[in-house]
Amino acid sequence: MSRLSSLVQKEFQEFRRDKKMRAIVVVAPIMQILVLGYAANMDVKDVPMAVYDQDHSSESRDLARAFVASGSFLVAAAPESAEAVDQELSSGRAEIAVVVPPGFGAALRGRGSPSLQLLVDGSRANTAAVGMAYAASVANDFSLRFAPGSLRIALPVEARTRIWYNPELKSRAFMIPGVFALLLMVITIILTSLAIVKEKESGTLEQLIVTPLRKAELIAGKLAPFVLVSLILICLALAACALFFGIVPRGSILLLFVLSLALVFSTLGIGLLVSTLAKTQQQAMMFSIFFFMFPMMILSGFVFPIANMPAPIRAFTYLMPLRYYMIIVRGIFLKGSGIGLLWKQLWPLLAIGVAVVSFSIARFRKQLE
Amino acid sequence: MAELAIEAIGLAKGFKEVEALKGVDFRVERGASFALVGPDGAGKTTAIRLLCGLLKPDSGRVSVFGAGPAEPAAKAKLGYLSQRFSLYGDLSADENIAFFAEIHGRRNYASRRDELLEFTRLSPFRDRLASKLSGGMRQKLALACALVHEPELLLMDEPTTGVDPVSRREFWEIVAGLSRGGMTVVAATPYLDEAERFDSVGMLDEGRFLALGSPRQLKEGFGWTVVEIACADARRVARILSSEEARGAGVAAAQAFGDRVDIFAGDGEAARRYALSALAREGLAVASSRIAAPSLENVFMQLLGGTKG
Repeated sequence: MSRLSSLVQKEFQEFRRDKKMRAIVVVAPIMQILVLGYAANMDVKDVPMAVYDQDHSSESRDLARAFVASGSFLVAAAPESAEAVDQELSSGRAEIAVVVPPGFGAALRGRGSPSLQLLVDGSRANTAAVGMAYAASVANDFSLRFAPGSLRIALPVEARTRIWYNPELKSRAFMIPGVFALLLMVITIILTSLAIVKEKESGTLEQLIVTPLRKAELIAGKLAPFVLVSLILICLALAACALFFGIVPRGSILLLFVLSLALVFSTLGIGLLVSTLAKTQQQAMMFSIFFFMFPMMILSGFVFPIANMPAPIRAFTYLMPLRYYMIIVRGIFLKGSGIGLLWKQLWPLLAIGVAVVSFSIARFRKQLE
Repeated sequence: MAELAIEAIGLAKGFKEVEALKGVDFRVERGASFALVGPDGAGKTTAIRLLCGLLKPDSGRVSVFGAGPAEPAAKAKLGYLSQRFSLYGDLSADENIAFFAEIHGRRNYASRRDELLEFTRLSPFRDRLASKLSGGMRQKLALACALVHEPELLLMDEPTTGVDPVSRREFWEIVAGLSRGGMTVVAATPYLDEAERFDSVGMLDEGRFLALGSPRQLKEGFGWTVVEIACADARRVARILSSEEARGAGVAAAQAFGDRVDIFAGDGEAARRYALSALAREGLAVASSRIAAPSLENVFMQLLGGTKG
C-alpha cells in the first residue's frame, strides 16, 4: 500500500513540473469549452440575402423589411437582373436570394395568388436548410397579414408546438454538454497513455519491473492519479460552462460526477490500451486521435444523430463508450434526468469499461514480461 | 566452494530476426566481479536482461542467489543499471533516490541517501532536476538509485557508453569501491580495457562465449609474445606485417590500433628486428617499438580473427 502511495505521489510530482501535462489538465478544458462552445453553434443569424424586386410595390418593400426584422437575414444586395442574382450567390456575397415577381403586390391585395422564388446556396447545407425554413416562415407570416380575418380557414386540427428542455431551441445548450463529454474523454485518454508511454520511453518502466513492485500495484499506481485528475477536470469544465455560457446542469451534479467516473473507467482502459500499442509519446497521441477520438466524435451522436446513420454503422456506435455518456450528460444537463432513466446507458458503459480495462491489463501485463 | 551469486546454465534467447544468445553457461561467486565483453550485437544486453528477469530464456535457466531472477527474493537483492540511466527527468536527484527507496519498501532512507550522494559526489546537485544533469552525473545518479536498497548484486548494461573519459574513470573507481565492500558486480561492456578490472571475463560473440576466465588466464592462454610498434600509417604497416614473407619470418599476426600496430610472435625480439627492417625497406618511419604483455584486446581480436596461439 505504501508503495502504491509513493507511485501516486511521484505521479503528481511529475505532473506539477511537466508543462505539457499541466497545460492539458488546466488550460485545455477551459479553452475548449470556451472555443468549442462558441464555435459549436448551428443557429442561423444574419444570413446575407439578395432581394431581386421585379414588382417595386409597397408590398414588396414591406416584405424585404420583414426579412430583416426577423433577425435571421440581412439584405446584402439588390440585384436588378436574373444574371446579377446568380452572381451574388456564386460570389458568396449572398447565401440566399428572394425573387419577387411582377404583380406580387397586386396578387396580395386580392387579385390572384402571390408567389415568391427562394434561391439558396446549397454548398452551405446547414445554413441552406435552416435559412430556407426561416425564410419560408417569414413569407408565410407576411402573407397572413393580408388575409382578411373573416376568410381565415378553420383548420380541423391545429398543431401548436411547445418545445421542452431547450425552449429557445438554442443549439449551444445542446452542444455544450456534448463538448463537456468529449473533453473528458479526450483528455483522460491522452493523459493516461502519455504518462505510461513516457515511462516506457525513459526506461523507468523497466527499472520499476526490476524492483519488487507488483504488477497490480504498478497498474493501479499509474491509473489512480487520473481518476483524481478527471474529477478536477469535471470541476473546471462545469465552472467554465456556468461562467461563460450560464449553462448549469438541471439534474444532480453528484450523479453527473458518479456517472462520469463510469466513463473515465473505460477511457483509462483505452489509455492503457494505447500505451501498449505505442512506443513513443508521439505515437500515443496519434493512436489516441485516429483510432479512438475521431471515431468516437463522429459516432457518438455528438454532431450527427445516431438515428440517421445506416444500420451497420449504427450497430458500431453501440461499442462507443461516449455514445452512452453523451446521452447521460445531455440528460442531466438539459432534462435533469435521474438514475432511473440513465441506468439504461450506465450498464452498457460499465460493461464496455470492464471489457476494455481487462483486455488492456492483460496486454500490459504480457508486455511487462 | 563459495556461495554462487549467479548461475546460468545453457542460457538461450532468440528474437524475431536473431538468435541473440545461443546457449551460454557461467557462474559468478558471491563478492566476485564478472564482465561480459563483445562487439555490438554479441548478446551482452540480452544476457544482462535475462539475469535481472526482464526477459525469460527460451531454454536454459538462471538463478540469482538460488532463486529465479523475477522472484521477489532475488529482486530484493538485485540492483540494475540500464544502458539509458533511466531516471525521472521531472524529479530532482533527491526525489529520484527517495522514490526508488520507497518502491523498495525502505522507510528511513535519509541517511542512506546522504551517503549515496556523498559517495557519488552528487551532494551539491541534490536539488537539481535529473533532466538538467550532465551525462556523467545522470549515470552516477542512476547508480545511486540502483544502490539505494543495498543490493548484494549489481547488474550493469554498458554503464559507460556515452560518458566522457573523466567521468568514466571516476565511475569505475566508485564501482571498485563497491566491489571491495563485498558486492557482486556483473557488467556488460564493449570496452576491453574496462574488462581488465574484473575478476573474470566472458568474451561473447554472436551469442556464444569465445573465451571465459580471469583476465590473467585469458592472457596466459594467448601464447604469443606481443611487439608494439608505434607508427603513423597503422593500417598499411599492419598489411605489410601480415604478408606471406612476414609469416615466414615468424610474425603470426598483426593488429592495427589507431597509432600503433601489435604483432604476435613466438620469438618477440626476432620479430621486432624483422619488422623494423621490413618497414625501413618500405620507407616507413617507426616512432618506437617494444615487447609488451598481451592485453585482453589482443586476445579478443585474435579470437575474433579465428587464429589461436
